[in-house]
Amino acid sequence: MKANGKVFKYGENVDTDVIIPARYLNSSDPKELALHCMEDIDIDFVKKVQQGDIIVATKNFGCGSSREHAPIAIKACGISCVIAHSFARIFYRNAINTGLAILECSEAAERIQSGDQIEVDFSTGIITNLTKNEFYQAQPFPKFMNDIIAKEGLINTLKEKLDS
Amino acid sequence: MGMTMTQKILATHAGLKEVCAGQLIEAKLDLVLGNDVTTPVAIKEFKKIGVNKVFDHEKVAIILDHFTPNKDIKSAEHCKMCREFAIDKNIDNFFDVGSMGIEHCLIPEKGLVVAGDVVIGADSHTCTYGALGAFSTGVGSTDMACGMASGYTWFKVPSAIKFILKNKPAKWVSGKDIILHIIGLIGVDGALYKSMEFCGDGLRYLTMDDRFTIANMAIEAGGKNGIFPVDEKTIEYLKEHSVKEFKVFEADDDANYDEIIEIDLSKLRPTVAFPHLPENTKTIDEVEEITIDQVVIGSCTNGRMEDLRIAAKILKGKKIAKNVRVIIFPGTQKIYLQALREGLIEDFVEAGATVSTPTCGPCLGGHMGILAKGERCISTTNRNFVGRMGHVDSEVYLASPAVAAASALAGKIKDPESV
Ligand code: SF4
Repeated sequence: MKANGKVFKYGENVDTDVIIPARYLNSSDPKELALHCMEDIDIDFVKKVQQGDIIVATKNFGCGSSREHAPIAIKACGISCVIAHSFARIFYRNAINTGLAILECSEAAERIQSGDQIEVDFSTGIITNLTKNEFYQAQPFPKFMNDIIAKEGLINTLKEKLDS
Repeated sequence: MGMTMTQKILATHAGLKEVCAGQLIEAKLDLVLGNDVTTPVAIKEFKKIGVNKVFDHEKVAIILDHFTPNKDIKSAEHCKMCREFAIDKNIDNFFDVGSMGIEHCLIPEKGLVVAGDVVIGADSHTCTYGALGAFSTGVGSTDMACGMASGYTWFKVPSAIKFILKNKPAKWVSGKDIILHIIGLIGVDGALYKSMEFCGDGLRYLTMDDRFTIANMAIEAGGKNGIFPVDEKTIEYLKEHSVKEFKVFEADDDANYDEIIEIDLSKLRPTVAFPHLPENTKTIDEVEEITIDQVVIGSCTNGRMEDLRIAAKILKGKKIAKNVRVIIFPGTQKIYLQALREGLIEDFVEAGATVSTPTCGPCLGGHMGILAKGERCISTTNRNFVGRMGHVDSEVYLASPAVAAASALAGKIKDPESV
């Protein structure tokens, strides 16, 4: 599995309140949530983002609430992958459970800039910066997580288990 | 090698004799929890799994607290969806307007969690029940759905930071000041993926309400859970509130910790977190003149009986400063009623505050006290992110009920000692 796209770069502690502000949580429709993704940190994000684009941030991405609406909104607006120095743990869980690809890589988080074109190979964890012609090595997912992502989330994984 | 308290609880629930940090396990769940924001998403996912029943109708709790009483039509639809699901699935612990409270105040009060339990909740502040010596942690809606269907979930066993709390805190220093101090010390990702285990002789000066406040904000330091050892106060609380059997776990003497941090409680001062992160802390002595427009006292962090009592003690017989709006929201119906009986509600209203029915309301910028552009609020809640309580250009300062009440009288952030 691979991702390829243009980068939107953010700093540290991007919290779930700016990813999807609580005032929109009276909806759980992915399309509607996508309309307000990142609104409080980057008002132009939704206008500019294209299918396949990638978010890169530094430490503690997704901190704050447990709202699954955050990875859902990110995925629904077309983002193919989020790369960060580190993720808040509930966000990390939710991303995997909903099938949003995420990778931890300090070097990539530091070097990559907004607008860079990058490619991510999930099976090897290699991130290629096509603009800067650089490579960064991220930790590939452990097997059980790969399985969940391959089955497009936890629901299908459990379904299979309960059926058998 | 020895295990931490958290590791021991997880090992038992995974049916293993031993676990170590980093290990992936599947653990049995004693309670699965959701609210009116996260449950609708979980219900949709639950339906996809294709089971008819929840794993145990006594071990699922659904509490409508975020946008209730329904703030608009969409919230009403969400609540309706939760209500219908709860009826259909025969869920015993469903709490609607009239019986509900803010989930993390209500669950312990109803005795639904006891020491030794493993709990997941589709709400980040589920870590609150660590105060009771349980392992409890926040998850997302998909986890909630799978937990409801199967009764177990996956965990990566966390490593831990041990906090040794020593000595007696001074008069105006509460659980809130202790946890704000800790977050200021280690940062909002200082305990990322880890357990925060609290111990030390200082614990005996902390009431259960102090401990709930401290465990509640473990997530603001990035923690997976915050946990307290079980002592006489815990046992007394459990016996008063629950009929469930509890189990006491203790960390091994040779348990391994990533870090051990000692905190002398007698040296702490009332502490305030400045916008826009809970780690931006200052002691009250370092706070310069900061005028405020709104004061919020309540939430799952500080909406309990003691919090209201201390606020009332400061506000009683006085008048709130001109042009300051004070909103007080008790954590549960029971707390509301008790406050009424003790005359606290009267004290609040006479001082010029407004008292709300239990709801999350202003805490997450949902309703009942949204901030306009440029406005400032001092709040006893747990988050002060950009736009948390309203406009992106508004500001939230986090503090204890004592500091919030003193500030309400002064119209600016104030040391309770000075009012
Ligand atoms: S009071 Fe605030 S922090 Fe607590 S559960 Fe409600 S919204 Fe979340």
